[in-house]
Amino acid sequence: MTTAALDPYRPGDSLLHQLDARVKVGLALGFILATALAPPGAWPVLMLLLALALAVVILAELRASFVLARTALTLPFALAVLPSLFTVAGTPLFSLPWGWTATWEGMLRVANVAIKMWLSVLVALTLTATTPFTAILVVLRGWGLPKLLTAILALTWRYLFVLAEEAQRLMRARAARSGHIVQGRGGSLAWRARVTGGMVGNLLLRGTDRAERIYSAMAARGYDGEPRVLAQPPLTVRNRALLVLGSICLTLLALAGILFWG
Amino acid sequence: MLFSPVPMHIPDGFLSVLVSVVFWAFSIVGVGYALTRVGEDLGERQAPIMGVLAAAIFAGQMLNFSVTGGTSGHLLGAALATIVLGPWAAVLVMTSVVGIQALVFQDGGLLALGANIFNMAIVGVAVAYFAYSTVQRLLQRVAKDAAWIIPVNGFVAGWLSIFIASLACALQLALSGSSPANVAVPAMGGIHALIGIGEGLITAGSLVFILAARRDLLQPAAASAGSQRVVWVGGLVIAVLLTILSPLASAHPDGLEWVAEERGFIDLAQGPLYEIIPDYVLPGISNEALATILAGVVGVGLVLAATLVVAYARRRAQPVKEQ
Repeated sequence: MTTAALDPYRPGDSLLHQLDARVKVGLALGFILATALAPPGAWPVLMLLLALALAVVILAELRASFVLARTALTLPFALAVLPSLFTVAGTPLFSLPWGWTATWEGMLRVANVAIKMWLSVLVALTLTATTPFTAILVVLRGWGLPKLLTAILALTWRYLFVLAEEAQRLMRARAARSGHIVQGRGGSLAWRARVTGGMVGNLLLRGTDRAERIYSAMAARGYDGEPRVLAQPPLTVRNRALLVLGSICLTLLALAGILFWG
Repeated sequence: MLFSPVPMHIPDGFLSVLVSVVFWAFSIVGVGYALTRVGEDLGERQAPIMGVLAAAIFAGQMLNFSVTGGTSGHLLGAALATIVLGPWAAVLVMTSVVGIQALVFQDGGLLALGANIFNMAIVGVAVAYFAYSTVQRLLQRVAKDAAWIIPVNGFVAGWLSIFIASLACALQLALSGSSPANVAVPAMGGIHALIGIGEGLITAGSLVFILAARRDLLQPAAASAGSQRVVWVGGLVIAVLLTILSPLASAHPDGLEWVAEERGFIDLAQGPLYEIIPDYVLPGISNEALATILAGVVGVGLVLAATLVVAYARRRAQPVKEQ
């Protein structure tokens, strides 16, 4: 697998790909906030949010297998909320040995967190699958992200895949030298960790050398510490309308949830 | 398909809005302060160095070693960044790593990003710095300039930064009512006490390598130990506070839940306020089932409309392709 495949951006010409990045970032953040604000048990609100998210995924023309595989990656974290199933007091649902009793209220809480997590990941994924990271960064810079932090984020992104390939070369070299590790052979745990540490140190040194070369190249082209981006054109009337309309819908959904189920 | 073998940061949905906002505020203050102080550590070449080293630490998370039965240890990097770059630059480097993990790879939520930056870039770095400079001073008294001081130190800093950061994460989950403190604290702390050993060993191993190859790189962080008292005190306070608070919270989970509810921290776990609007779920709709059905119908309509729009756009695009 090449490291470039890790980038979730999927080039395309769908309606969502063509949409102004400012509108996408703004509405995605609004959606995640509205989802977080929905109280537990507000199923109609969550259903409408799910419908909105699915509609957006369809408009982005993303492959279902891609979306499902990517959003499944965060599922292991759902384990962290599972204990609530047993510790929240309420109507008993079923019991396990050692006095663990699952409750209806506990299940509601687990379902609430898991659904919110999935909805948020779905929308965040759709944003990054249709918007290159550099475009998101330009939006954030426009919204007041500090200059230096913007420059660091941009350079991290620019060299991430270059250094990921260095890391893969290091791993390939290790595999070529040491073969397959059989349980109980191939050095102690501490030794294996130290070898891996050496590889990380190697990567850092290569990174430092590269940073010095990059700095020289940038200085030669007149770099003075100021990241320069093209001024963004003002939002068109249609984009502005979409942004306002979307925000109103999300606010209404959040309000409805808080008023009727809070 | 992530750079690290497993997702490591809190996704959206786990933290209540209030907890998210509070930790966003902490992180903005912390990172903002680091931005003003970082110039003291590095000159004008700061942006390229920090950017590329953030990429190196990010990519370094791919490097793993097998532990046992399919599990593997890998780097998180807060301690290593602190030791190589100094604390202020390390805060920015880790912010960049955690930020891109959330913004691009969905490892960690966007609303939860404030808490994740707080745990990894502020708690992780401050605690690593505190451990590193304290152990350094203690060991130098015992063993002058022995070669093993820095790697041993790196192990301690790596382990402690991971362990304390995981306690912060557990308390955030408990404060949000997502995970009870008496389960979250021992579970997160226990797992990360083990993960921290891997982190410590990798940090130590890479310091051995850097000492052998480029000893000069490690000098600035060690030399400027005196001028960064703020970080040292911050690390000390965070480490002490969390080690005291976590067992307390764990022993009295109901107490934490009570605080959470009293302060309105829990926007989960509250009963519906039917008393305010007794018989109405939506204006004019007097039945919850009806509201659900209505939401379902509107939802299906939305998805159908999106499908039709895409189908229409494709059909209009096709004749152009064929000609």
